[in-house]
Amino acid sequence: MNHDIYSTEGLYKIVEKTELSDTISKHVIYAPLIAAKAKAGHFVILRSREGGERIPVTLVDWSPERGTVTVIIQAIGKSTTEMNALKQGDSFLDVAGPLGTPVEIKKWGTVLGVGGGVGIAELYPIARAYKDAGNKVVSILGARNRGLLILEKEMAELGEVIVTTDDGSAGKKGLVTDAMADLYAAGRGPDAIFTIGPIPMMKFVALASLPHKTPTFASLNPVMLDGTGMCGGCRVEIGGKPKFACVDGPMFDAHLTNFDALMKRTAAYREQEKESLERYAKDHQCRIGLH
Amino acid sequence: MENKPKKPTPSIKQNLGRHQDQVARRGNFDEVAMGFGLEEAVTEAARCLGCKTKPCELACPVNVKIPEFVDLVHKEDLGAAASKIFETSLFPAICGRVCPQETYCEFACVLKDKFGPVSVGRLERFTADYARKNGLIKPPACAPDTGKKVACVGSGPTSLAVAAELRKLGHAVTVFEALHEFGGVLSYGIPTFRLPREVVRFEVDMLRKMGVRLLKNVMVGKSISIEELKKDFDVVYIGSGAGLPTPMHTPGEDLVGVYSSNEFLTRVNLMGAHNFPETDTPYYIGKKVVVVGGGNTAMDSARCAMRLKPDSVTLLYRRTRAEMPARAEEVENAMEEGIKFEFLTAPVELVGDERGRLKRVKCIRMELGAPDASGRRKPMPQGGSDFFIEADSLVVAIGSSPNPVIQQSTPGLATNKWGGIIVEEATAKTSLDGIYAGGDVVRGGATVLLAMKDGKAAAKAIHEKLSAKGN
Repeated sequence: MNHDIYSTEGLYKIVEKTELSDTISKHVIYAPLIAAKAKAGHFVILRSREGGERIPVTLVDWSPERGTVTVIIQAIGKSTTEMNALKQGDSFLDVAGPLGTPVEIKKWGTVLGVGGGVGIAELYPIARAYKDAGNKVVSILGARNRGLLILEKEMAELGEVIVTTDDGSAGKKGLVTDAMADLYAAGRGPDAIFTIGPIPMMKFVALASLPHKTPTFASLNPVMLDGTGMCGGCRVEIGGKPKFACVDGPMFDAHLTNFDALMKRTAAYREQEKESLERYAKDHQCRIGLH
Repeated sequence: MENKPKKPTPSIKQNLGRHQDQVARRGNFDEVAMGFGLEEAVTEAARCLGCKTKPCELACPVNVKIPEFVDLVHKEDLGAAASKIFETSLFPAICGRVCPQETYCEFACVLKDKFGPVSVGRLERFTADYARKNGLIKPPACAPDTGKKVACVGSGPTSLAVAAELRKLGHAVTVFEALHEFGGVLSYGIPTFRLPREVVRFEVDMLRKMGVRLLKNVMVGKSISIEELKKDFDVVYIGSGAGLPTPMHTPGEDLVGVYSSNEFLTRVNLMGAHNFPETDTPYYIGKKVVVVGGGNTAMDSARCAMRLKPDSVTLLYRRTRAEMPARAEEVENAMEEGIKFEFLTAPVELVGDERGRLKRVKCIRMELGAPDASGRRKPMPQGGSDFFIEADSLVVAIGSSPNPVIQQSTPGLATNKWGGIIVEEATAKTSLDGIYAGGDVVRGGATVLLAMKDGKAAAKAIHEKLSAKGN
């Protein structure tokens, strides 16, 4: 089917929605221009309604033929909770993109992907692109428990998968860095590492690979506003210099990244985020109570 | 209006307009300048001499037919007055509010020195508002379709002007906007208390009624390249603006609470953060706000901050009031609203707490030395003048430079050392065939009116190209 990428007909409609866990949903959205231009590492900015926040989410998949893009959203705050409450057939108000700088795909040899939580969703297209480029792909997937582990099967189709959980309910009990240490100890150190997940996890992945001098890249998730390089809110410190995650990233050399500064900046609105979610939850319960 | 003054009666006192009360307005985002009523407008219009030489019209960047529309206001034919303005500009409600008329039409008015100029800007705004509210505005007629396709990148003032002019001439125009609202700086930058959003939406909507296609959420340079657009359009006009914030390069700039003016203004103006948690985008200013800069954006930032009800807003400027680039009216408005001005003062270090949040600003006092390249006296630090100001947040409003994304992603597009796109001045042509550019992406941070002027000049050149034989 030929899609007019300049048409607004049916734009941003959720053509398919799947619940991956209690809090994680997969949305397949009609956005033919984005689908036609997307590459691994690109992200989009979503808004669900008037007055809604601009939420950046990395693309998990895309189909120029269907004119669709796929994102996986974890309900953490009010905006993501609202987005996951949208149903198949509903539409997002805005989907902007593709944004960011795609990941450079080349032949490294063995590429290790280290994904944590919903970060696994963002790791998937990158791992797939490396596999397609002739690399051997090994993945370490970390989650708090089995219920929060996503895309294990899809990642397994790309190569060996090692699972770690905090409670041992799936794979090995422990941290992703324990599994990394095992690989290095077994003489199976990779040629490059890509990591996406919580900031502390990425920080320790970078620290673990540093002594081995393995090129390591992390996808950073600072607070973002416009996503077009205009506000500088998403500035991160790379090799002592400021970079904008929205246009220069979001993937950067993890060994040059100041993760501690990133952690402080992502906590900027913690109190407001909590207030907003609590208000939403209360409002929601009240409404449920009326039925 | 009964007993209206005969035209011309230049000796009637110039009406400078009414403002919302200076204390009350600190608590709201409603428009500060209140606009004329019909009687005030007709009386002010009576002052115009209707000079045959039209100095005001010639001084206007978009050549609004000022003596003619003012005469129609005096005759109380507001629909005709609006149509008269429409002949050269489709955006009178915007321009009537944000144009620095004191440097253009009102500066050129022959009454200026003896009686004070005719309040042309306020009359333009009145005409547009009255015609809009009374349903007197008709979209202008468009020439038959030419079959030529034009892409405008960005939906700020320069692209809007290009789109309006070329659509009237019968070309098919598509406007690409990266954000979710149209208007560029008119939506994310200029606060609602200077430019209500319904005004921007109405004038943008007029383009839609004329058949201009407006596409949001497409960031040209990332979502789609100029080269790709060139395959689908005969001409591409780049009006992507000067959206790159200038950092201070001061230690501590990464602390939480330190904003670029772009981020701070976008949170409030585009995302409605002042209504949080009714809206979802938060802001953090704390009790003590510091704004750095002396231009209109610094005034907008300080005045927005004041409306979020902190204990204090302090503006630091390294020169004196006389050198401030901001419009005098905006500086006065800011002072009336209780913003504290610290002239001859510059921040040298931002100090935070253990959580990485701003706490204090280390400043130094300056003195003015010999004139620099800008012709203004250069500020020099005074040794040993260090002092601290307590601050929970700080807004950096010291300028912006051309948005770099398109330049970086378009091979062969010539740029200057500030990152601006180089164009042939009269035609807005870039180094690439069929690609034109104008507004702030060429000029760096300039004004809405100059951006519109560029757009009109570019539209003329583009129309000539599209109409040429063999095209």
